[in-house]
Amino acid sequence: MAKEAALELDSPLAPPSDAPRWLKMLRLARAHPLGVLGLFCILLITFSAIFADVIVPYDPEALQTGAIKEAPSLDHPFGTDRLGSDVFSRTIFGARIAMLIGVVSVVVGMALGSAVGIASGYFGGFVDSVLQRLVDSLLAFPAIVLLLAIIAVIGNDDSAVRSFLNDSTPLPSGKWLGIPNFLDIIIISLAIGFAIAVAAARVIRGAVLSLKENVYIEAAQAMGASDLRIMVRHVLPNVAGLIVVLGTIFLPIAILAEAAISFLGVGLPAGTPSWGSDMGNLSNRDDAIGRGIWWVVFFPGLALSLVVLGFNLLGDSFRDISDPRLRGGGGSGSASRTGF
Amino acid sequence: MRSYIIRRLLLLIPIMLLVSFMTHATFRIIPGSAAHLICGIGCTDEVVEDLEAQFGLDESFFRQYGEWLGVWPDDDEGNKFSGVLQGDFGESFLNSGQSVTDRLSRTLPVTAELMLLSLIFAVVLGIPPGVLSAIRPGSLADLIARLTSVAWLSVPNFYLAILVIAFGSNWFGWLPPNFGTGKAVGFFENPIQNLETFFFPSLVLSLGIAAVIMRLTRSSMLEVMRNDYVRTAWSKGLRERTVVWRHALKNAMIPVLTIIGVQVGLLIGGSVLIESVFALNGMGNYLLVSVIGRDLLVVQSLVLIFAFVFVVINLVVDISYAWLDPRIRYG
Repeated sequence: MAKEAALELDSPLAPPSDAPRWLKMLRLARAHPLGVLGLFCILLITFSAIFADVIVPYDPEALQTGAIKEAPSLDHPFGTDRLGSDVFSRTIFGARIAMLIGVVSVVVGMALGSAVGIASGYFGGFVDSVLQRLVDSLLAFPAIVLLLAIIAVIGNDDSAVRSFLNDSTPLPSGKWLGIPNFLDIIIISLAIGFAIAVAAARVIRGAVLSLKENVYIEAAQAMGASDLRIMVRHVLPNVAGLIVVLGTIFLPIAILAEAAISFLGVGLPAGTPSWGSDMGNLSNRDDAIGRGIWWVVFFPGLALSLVVLGFNLLGDSFRDISDPRLRGGGGSGSASRTGF
Repeated sequence: MRSYIIRRLLLLIPIMLLVSFMTHATFRIIPGSAAHLICGIGCTDEVVEDLEAQFGLDESFFRQYGEWLGVWPDDDEGNKFSGVLQGDFGESFLNSGQSVTDRLSRTLPVTAELMLLSLIFAVVLGIPPGVLSAIRPGSLADLIARLTSVAWLSVPNFYLAILVIAFGSNWFGWLPPNFGTGKAVGFFENPIQNLETFFFPSLVLSLGIAAVIMRLTRSSMLEVMRNDYVRTAWSKGLRERTVVWRHALKNAMIPVLTIIGVQVGLLIGGSVLIESVFALNGMGNYLLVSVIGRDLLVVQSLVLIFAFVFVVINLVVDISYAWLDPRIRYG
């Protein structure tokens, strides 16, 4: 929708609106080559994430004693690490972990954030004050400090959250989808999702505040609809677009957040083929710095950079399309706002 | 203006109280108290009780909060107050009673210098290219500036940091001075070695912010250059330099200054990562070590300090915004 409208705004020579859809898409793509590059990066990583089992030549956790610290070669395109694991396979599985954590934490964050945001904006008054002061005080923490604090609380082996997830939900506690420590992934996602929800709630509340002045809300109230019904049936569909946009903004942020805390050694347990922990792993760091085995940190980081680059480029192009005046000026980049 | 500042300062008090209460509550509801952690596996209930008594963990929740905050007397006579409000952040559980305040006074200068240098780098690397690409939109310089800013935004700073050290040490035989020992030479002792230590960490930390500043400078300049008073300046026959630097830039800087303020707050978070990679003994590293060691009282105090700095910076940004742009009136 927005894309077609933008073409007409873009130039006086916009094609007639009866041009076939694929032609319009093609013209749009030619006008925004960087956006296409971004989309390509995202698709590449998503493809790796979904078909990781098929792509990888080796088991990412296999320890091949015959091939330790090998430089990149045809056999091992990204080389091997100090335990003989294939870095290429680990990087591909890292895509699956990154995407999984990204999607789960965004879903958690958006669900919690929109519940709080909608309730706060819709009820106003006392509820709003209480919720907003809560959000205020949570926003008082720098994002990564908040994450470290949450993980200090829910991350340890006997935390209530972990035992609840283990005992009362059907989540697999061991390996699943080829990912070891599946439960840890969920716990990290919950922590990141919570941090996202805090920021999202503020934005969604703002949208609801202006939305609830609409006549149809009043009409629904006059018809005797319950508050819950109005929030779910009338308010939610109208902020759904905003929620989706926020979700795509937060997805690369969530992926970066996971990489950052795993890098610091407080995220996923060591040995998990996550980009962050492969880069931050102290032995890998020592190898890279002291022994010239740069590939163990270079490639996982490259994959991470590609994802973020993809989202940034695509986001810039969308902003150009929706507001041609800015022409790539772009406000502040989304991913940088988190301070990772 | 004055009443606005006073109101904002007063509002700081309830927010910080709420923040401190939440931090305290969060770290007290964790199952398995600090005493269990120190004592380790297979310790007896008596040892745990002794330890809890030693650290005052057996007292009521509110008394612990009051003592930590410094509004509840530490001894029973009721005349010795020491807590966060008096500048005493308590003692580490794990490192046999090491004073948090003591360690803070050693780590704070490191983080402060890192942040200050990063800020300087970010402004120097961000504003001139942003202005340049705005006054020549569509030129090669513009394209390069825009591509550079996207690249700076996209490469995570901790990744870049580790690449700098890895390639620096393997290809150029360069390592940050005292790398691995965590000792940073003070600026006034040995400025050259000090700058050698801090140059790359600050540069790496600044790039993401520089990119944001560059992009915002560009779009803000583009906006301002369309204004009537800029056209008037052109038609008076002024030189480009005067038009750009005197007339346009001053007005374009207002949103940029705001975003710089917001980013400074985010530098605090970035410093945790960069200090970890470059093995700098700053506050970020202190927090990280305490989180890993589950030294909860230290984490609690540090989190409060980070939040305080963050809130104060945001406040300063808001106030400076109102001061810079008199059209903005906060009711």
